[in-house]
Formats: sequence, C-alpha cells, structure tokens
Amino acid sequence: MLTLTCPNCGVAADETELAPGGEAHLKRFGPGASDDDFEAYMFARANPKGIHFERWRHAYGCGKWFLAARCTATLEVFATYPAQSAAPPEAVLAAIRARRPGWEGRS
Amino acid sequence: MSTRLATGGRLIDRTRPLGFSFDGARLRGYAGDTLASALLANDRMLVGRSFKYHRPRGILASGAEEPNALLGLGTGARFEPNVRATQQPLFEGATATSQNAWPSLAFDIGILNDLAARLLPAGFYYKTFIHPRPFWKHLFEPVIRRAAGLGRAPREADADRYEQLYAFADVLVAGGGVAGIAAALAAAATGARVILAEQTAHWGGRAPVDGDRIDGQAAAEWVAAALARLGAMPNVTLLPRTMVAGVYDHGYVLAEETLADDPAPGHARRRLWRIRARRIIAATGAIERPLAFAGNDRPGVMLASAVRDYVVNWAVSPGDRTVIVTNNDDAYRTALALLDAGLAVPAILDARPEATGALPAALRARGVRVEAGRAVARVLGRGRVRAVQTCLQAGEGAVIDEIPCEAVAMSGGWSPVVHLWSHCGGKLRWDEGRAMFAPDPARPPTGADGAAMVIAAGAASGALHATDCLRDGHEAGRRAAAEGGSMPPEAASPAEAPHAEAPAEAPLMPVWRMPQGAGVRLAAKMWLDFQNDVKVSDVELAAREGYQSVEHAKRYTTLGMATDQGKTSNINGLAVLAGAIDAPIPAVGTTTFRPPYTPVVIGTLAGEARGAVFQPLRRTPIHGWHEARGAHWEPVGQWRRPYCFPQGGESHADAVRREVLAVRNAVGLLDASTLGKILVKGPDAGRFLDMLYTGVMSTLPVGKCRYGLMCNENGFLSDDGVVARLSEDTFLCHTTSGGADRIHGWMEDWLQCEWWDWKVYTANLTEQYAQIAVVGPKARAVLEGLGGIDVSAEAFPFMAWVEGTLGGIPARIYRISFSGELSYEIAVPAARGLELWERLMDAAAPHGATPYGTEALHVLRAEKGFIMIGDETDGTVTPQDLNLGWAISKKKADYLGKRGQERSFLTHPDRWRLVGLETLDGSVLPDGAYAVAEGTNANGQRNTQGRVTSTYFSPTLGRGIAMGLIARGPERMGEVVGFPTLDGRVVQARICDPVFYDKAGEKQNV
Ligand SMILES: [Zn+2]
Repeated sequence: MLTLTCPNCGVAADETELAPGGEAHLKRFGPGASDDDFEAYMFARANPKGIHFERWRHAYGCGKWFLAARCTATLEVFATYPAQSAAPPEAVLAAIRARRPGWEGRS
Repeated sequence: MSTRLATGGRLIDRTRPLGFSFDGARLRGYAGDTLASALLANDRMLVGRSFKYHRPRGILASGAEEPNALLGLGTGARFEPNVRATQQPLFEGATATSQNAWPSLAFDIGILNDLAARLLPAGFYYKTFIHPRPFWKHLFEPVIRRAAGLGRAPREADADRYEQLYAFADVLVAGGGVAGIAAALAAAATGARVILAEQTAHWGGRAPVDGDRIDGQAAAEWVAAALARLGAMPNVTLLPRTMVAGVYDHGYVLAEETLADDPAPGHARRRLWRIRARRIIAATGAIERPLAFAGNDRPGVMLASAVRDYVVNWAVSPGDRTVIVTNNDDAYRTALALLDAGLAVPAILDARPEATGALPAALRARGVRVEAGRAVARVLGRGRVRAVQTCLQAGEGAVIDEIPCEAVAMSGGWSPVVHLWSHCGGKLRWDEGRAMFAPDPARPPTGADGAAMVIAAGAASGALHATDCLRDGHEAGRRAAAEGGSMPPEAASPAEAPHAEAPAEAPLMPVWRMPQGAGVRLAAKMWLDFQNDVKVSDVELAAREGYQSVEHAKRYTTLGMATDQGKTSNINGLAVLAGAIDAPIPAVGTTTFRPPYTPVVIGTLAGEARGAVFQPLRRTPIHGWHEARGAHWEPVGQWRRPYCFPQGGESHADAVRREVLAVRNAVGLLDASTLGKILVKGPDAGRFLDMLYTGVMSTLPVGKCRYGLMCNENGFLSDDGVVARLSEDTFLCHTTSGGADRIHGWMEDWLQCEWWDWKVYTANLTEQYAQIAVVGPKARAVLEGLGGIDVSAEAFPFMAWVEGTLGGIPARIYRISFSGELSYEIAVPAARGLELWERLMDAAAPHGATPYGTEALHVLRAEKGFIMIGDETDGTVTPQDLNLGWAISKKKADYLGKRGQERSFLTHPDRWRLVGLETLDGSVLPDGAYAVAEGTNANGQRNTQGRVTSTYFSPTLGRGIAMGLIARGPERMGEVVGFPTLDGRVVQARICDPVFYDKAGEKQNV
C-alpha cells in the first residue's frame, strides 16, 4: 500500500485515502480530432515497468488532485507535484535523473 | 508411547493443571503447554489424517511449520477450523477435534484411498475422475468431498470480537529470537521508535533450547535481561503473540496479535496491527527440513528440533527410544537433550561419509552409536513407529539392520524463513555450501526512497550459527535505525554485538532422497508435503509429464499449497524437481511467497466492520418518520429509501398500486432528499456547465430550470438531472441519488486537471437540504394550505423555481415533474425537513395524504416514458439511443462526449434504440428479457435484436408496460417481437411509443 505526499495539503497519505486517476499529462482530443488521435486519447495508455507519471486524488483528505512520478518496478517515489502541470516540471525531471542517471525521458 | 517426564519443562507450570478435550476424550495438561505438547503428553500421537490418502498423521513440528496437527477448536459460534496444535496455547476447557477423519480418527474410510493410491497420482484432480462424467458427479465427487478437505467452515457467525490498531515505527523487528532481540536493542539505543513482534508467547526463539551461552550467561537469562531492558524503554513496543503476516508496499505491515484464547465476554480475541514502518527487520529464523525416506510420514517421525523442543520446553518424551537421522551437526543437540532427560538414543544415522565435529564427538563420548554414511531404508509400523531399517546412504536401500524405536528425529538442514523478505519482491540467492535459499542483500525489496525497506537478520538471513546470528541481528538493528530513525547516524548504537558461545559445526551434506539410489517403490513412500500428500514420486511424475516449471509443478502436484505454503516442503520439492529435470536448483527457482505467513482469522481482518457498522448508513432527515410508518426499505448507494409504505397487511405490490393511483388521482408525497445537489458558482460557471452537459446551460434564465444530460468522453450517458439557475453566476445541479459524489468528483477532476484557469467553484450540498416532492392534481391545494408563496399557474409556471417562506419555513420550490403530474419539489434546510414533511402531510390530509416510495416513482415515470439512469442506461447507451436528441445542442462546438458520439458505430442506424413495448396479452414482460431475431450467431446462439430495460404493471392503465432498446426500434412502430422467458415461453410484445400515459402532457400543464 503506497504512501504519497499530497502537494496540496502536505499530508503523507496512505493509498486508502487516495483515488487513482490513471496516466498523467494526457492531452484531450475533442471534436475535430482524427479517429486515431481520439482513440489514443481515450484508450492508449502507457504501462511501463519503470518510471511513470500518474494522477491521484486525495479523495478522503483535501479532495484535490495531484500528480506523482514514481517507478512501478521498485515503487520509488521521485516526486509529487500539482495537477496543474501540462508536463513534468524541471524539478521533477531533475529528481528522476538524480536517481536514474541514464533515464532518457518520457517516451 | 509419548509421555510427560517427571521433571523439567521450562515453559510449563506444573502447579496449574488444565483440563481439555480431544475428540470427546477428557485430558489434562499444564499451563504453558501448547495443544500439541499436551496431546503428546497424553500419548495422543495420532492427530489427523492426510488430505488425499487419509494416512495416519502425527505431530511433525513444534511451531508454525506444522503441516499435520491441524485441529478444529471450539464449538458452535466459536468454532475455528485448521488451528495449528503446535501454536495454540492450552487453556482450561479447550475443545479440540480432529479433521479429515470421517467417520472417525482411529478407523476411517479414507484409508481406502491409501490402498488405491495408484488412482491418486500427481494431477489426480485433472485426470483420474473426469471421465466418464456421470461417475464423477454421482460416485467420485460425493465420496471425495465427504472424506477430504482441510477442516470444515464454521456454520455460525463468529461470536468473538476483534479490533484493529494503527501504528508507526522507525524500525519494526519481526521475530523475537535472539537475533531480533539484538536488533531491537541496537536500534532502540539510538532513540528510534521500535516495535518488536514475536509470534509465540515466549522470547528468545531456539537459543534457550539449544543450550547456547550469550555474554557469559545461559541464553534464557540473557533473553530475560534483554527483555527487561527493552520493556523499560519508552520508544520500544513489545508485542508477544503477534504474527507479522505480510509486508506490503512502502513499509506497510499487517500483524495479528492474539489477545486471549478464551476471551471474557465483550473482550477482543485478536487484534490486527496496521503498521507503517520505515525499516523492517525480518528476524524470522529458520525452519528445519524433513528428510525424504520411506515412511517419513509415520506418527512418531518428527523434526529433530521439535523433539528437542518437546523435551526441553514441555518435558514431553516422544518415546523411550529415539533414533536420530541427519545430514548435519545440529541434530546432535537433540540427542544430547534426550540423553539429558534420561531417554535412550539407540543410534544416530548420519548420511555424511564422516561425522567428526565437536557435536558428534560429544555424543560418541557419551556412548551413543554414531553411524556415518548411514540412512533410513524404511520406517516400520503403521499407526506409529515401531522400528527403522537402516541402509547405506550411498546405496539403493539394502537393509543392514533393524533398530527398534518409538520415535525418529530427522533433520535435513535448515531453510531461512524468507517470506517477509520476499512478499514485496526481495530476491533470493542459492547458498550451495549450506544448500539453502537465503535473501540476496543485493536485490532487496525497495521502499518509497528507493532503498531496501526490509533487512533480513539472524537465521533468516542465513546466519544459522548462534555467534553469527547475534552479530547479524545487532548490525541489522544499527543499520535500520540509521536509515529509518530520526536520529543522526552518529547516534547509532556503538555498543558491541552480544557474543554467543556455541560449538562449531561441520558443514551439512545435501540429502534430497534417502538413500540416494532409492527406486520408485521407496520413492512412493517418501513424503515431501505432508499436508497436501505429495511424495517424491509425484514430483518426478509431474516432471516426466512435462510440468518442469516450478509454478506448474506446484499446481499440478499441489506441493506447497493450502495453509502450509511449503514451509517444510518447499526446498525438498524443488530439489527433487531439479534432480528430475537435471537442472541446478537455483535454475529451478522457488515459487512465490505470498502473505499471510500463517493463516489470519477472517474476523481479525474484518475487525469491527461487521453487522450494523459494516458500512455507513445515510439517512434523510425524514428517515425516522418512514421507519415509524413501516416503510419497506430499498438500498440506494449508502442511503435507505422507502420502496413503499404497506398498510395493514397489504402486499408490496398492492401498496405500490395504491400509491401510484393516489398520485394520479389526488396527491402523493415523496422524500426526494437523497437527490444530488451540487452548487456550481463563478464567472465561468455557465461555460463549464456547457462543457459538462450535452445541452446549453449558459442561456438558462435566472429563475428557470432545465433538464440536462451528462456523458463521459466515450459519449455514453452517465447522469441526468434538472439544473436551476439561482443567480447570474450560480447554478444548482441536481444529480441522481446514487451519482452525487461521483458527479461532484467528475466536476472537480475537469476543473482541477484540465480547465484549472476557469473561475468556477463547486460544492456538494446534497445533505444540506431536505427535498420533498408534492405530486398530483391536488398538489397546488396542499401548498396553498401551508401558504406564504404564490403557487398559482400564472405566478409559478412549469420549469420555474421560486424562493420564499412556505408555512413559515424558508424554502425553494422547483416546479418540475418526473411523473407527468402537477408537481412541486420543495427544498428546505435539512434541519427543517421533518417539520415540513409533517406540515405537508397535515395539509394533504383532506386528499388522502399518501406518502409514496421509489417503486411508485419508477412506475409513474415509466408510464410517462421517462428514462432512469441505470435502467435505460448501462454505460453503453448514448442519449441518441434514447431519442434524447432534443437535449443535445447542435450549436455547441464541444461538450464532454461529443467527439465520442461522432464515431461511426455510435451513429450507425442499426443501433438498439428506445421504444415502448406492450405485450399482446397485457402481461408484464420479464425484466432484462431479450428479443430474439432470426438465425444464430457464430456460437450457435439465437440472434438478438433488443432487450427490456424497464418493465412494470401500470395501475393507471391496468396492464403491463415496458421500455426497451430495439434495433432500429423507432422505425418499427407496431411490429411484434418475441421475448423468450426462462420457463420456455415466448412473450409477444408490440413496439410502441414509450409514452403510455397523457401523451399530450396536459396533466402537468395546469
Ligand atoms: Zn491533500
């Protein structure tokens, strides 16, 4: 059972306090989008063994959403950061690179 | 026979005798006994029957690894199956019963299975009894079900109480042997918060029995002094009788504490600890392995360490004469313990070519016959050991001599208990020299910080010898405190590790089969897994049949399954499999270790969450009134809503009929408080709702209401409800009763994660208001009876709302209708809901004052063809499918679900669409029935062309009415389709307009 620190309220929350929201940094495709773009937006999800960016909601706490960068294989948590981020902030990327020197970024 | 010795027994209190029963026989033991030691003291050598062959089984071990002595404990609502006799302390009045022995333990039918063992080889589940089919169903299965199985489930609800606790620790030490104690001492000295948990009631593990000395003291004295020191430290929590069941992500640990074996009324029996630990020290010791020789499952054959435990801890003699058979030095300690207790050791059979270490020398010095290179050819005796025949370990089993004895103490070496290390992915390494899998420190389970969260210590890390074990525990404690504690590293305990003095031991010799050249006849009597009845020959057969992966072989043979999880059998089974496929043991690998380490009582996991407090119950402000009027309840999410209000012995169906007619002909009252109410406010509120709903909300005038649909991005309907615009920048969105929390979360998701620059605030006000629907031709008269608000048709038209004071209560009234009748929904502060309800009931008295429930609500809406989320929708239905195109804006560039709805298959003309269905005979269609079409599909099933989504008896029309989704339905008005029923009939129904009543909508326009 994971512990993630909610960047909105500062609480180190047990997984039972959190609701998962799937992959982070998806770009929404609406009317006018091609079938391929819409399909990818709706259904294609990364499922890496390794570094991953996820959405979580502090559902039984402050109620706010946040994002987490963690390793799905070792369960190491590199950072949690505001949901209002279109892409991982530089500080988050730096925290990952500090722990995974060879990491080449999001695929 | 096994008996109680006249003296000794470090754990028993001879001044406190206890009475207990086993299979109805009254027996006596002492305080400090386990059920197993008390049974052995009473010569109850035979305690069960094996799972498959029902062979007689005795006690093998003295702890958690016991595979045989699983008993039923207690009676009635306090009965528990599969209790390990070796772990259960004796208590006054304990009632134990044997399992797997029908009709009785001494003589049972299952013994036929043994004689028919050829019919039960590896994989017997899969091949033996499957054909011919009728034989399985009528002959084999009933007999096997009756005669097999591990215990039986309790028949009554558990009468005991359980509780749960949360705890946090810098360092959790699992295991209170000397390694765990040394670790706790080292960690606690730094000030770190330490929890030390031990599964038994006694501290010190094996050391006091093995007779080692620590820091110049007898091990037991050192342990007592160390515990006194730990107990005095405020940063240390000692948890005896607490089994660490599992290690989970990020240092989350579950442990089960036994508080009382026979709790006083109202007191908890067990407690679940939910611990979050920054570092976990797995000081869980090691388990001795059996040796695989023919007849090693006979009662009287025990692990050497267990024999030692019974003699030293509980003064129980397994028999006058015990033969020791071993491949290592440690088992010689058992011979010493037996001799010290005045018992005979006729021989020590040591499989190694020579036995020259300090321990063998000590035994030789005491005149014991030590035979090197010797093995057990077979055990003689059926219900219990009578003698062993010896042979050369290097040979094929030719008998050299026969040694009469009552017990055999065997030792195949030790396996570290690696479960806690492995639960979260810690990897193992094969230690060739000592023939064991041990934790690989280079590949630990990792925590949130990316570092090792579990540190194996003592015997569990492979440090089997007492001297290494203590040093290892001490170092683990220092390291865990430095990494997990809040003190600076220099505060770490500098104290030297405790020093143990114990004789040096010569290396063991791996022995996976005894003798090494034994043929199939002997292998078929060599047990690997005593609990699941798996023999050497079974694993070899599985390998020959192609089950060469360890995970496949495990499932095919059942090796290491069930409550045992391979504690005694794992390594021996792997080794045999490796031999059979000619692969090195590390290449075969181990099966996966999963929590719990030993079984946890379900009641412990449930804790207090049972019965009335299993989950929260949501009550409306009017709940108590409904209850007092005998409402029949319907669960809606966590709410309870009245389904109907039966009067004077009336059936539910009759009550619903009466309620529907009261609404149609006079007036009815509905408690609609559970309806979701979400406030959406801000400069961008209209823009936001235009994205959320398929229709346009931003153009809604203040003072008006509008029906809206919400879809997910796939385009499928998700919720519906009426939106009221309260002010220029404020909307109140009604949702379904079950959807309020979900829709509020949905709104917040979009606002926080996608449109975070939009100025919108939302609040879920569902419970802040009571809401009452007054419905029917007399509704206006009822509201006028209360007075204070002009509810005339002119002042207050349909789809408007007004605010004011109704009968002295501040209220907001929405003129909306879900029944087709004149209808007002009145929202008041929750605290005044009951008052308003009672005032309305008084005012409605001249018109019958009929409260109605959810079923009448459903019938009323179905008569009008109104859809219900969850009935007409199931997550695959679009608004277009439900002919709700009028509620979808054609002008808006975007809304959630719009792009999804443009996909080709959602616009296909063949989609199933909403229609009404009227049966030709007036009957009520079965709910969920499918309309069949001509022909069959690829699976040979009838093609379908639609299904029933809502179906009721309409009291208004006096006949069955239904709605359904039918392929191209609206184009097929008047066509008749057939709905097969479960009893083989086909009900014919005509496709019609789903609005069955008041098609012109005149009744609500008054
Ligand atoms: Zn939070």
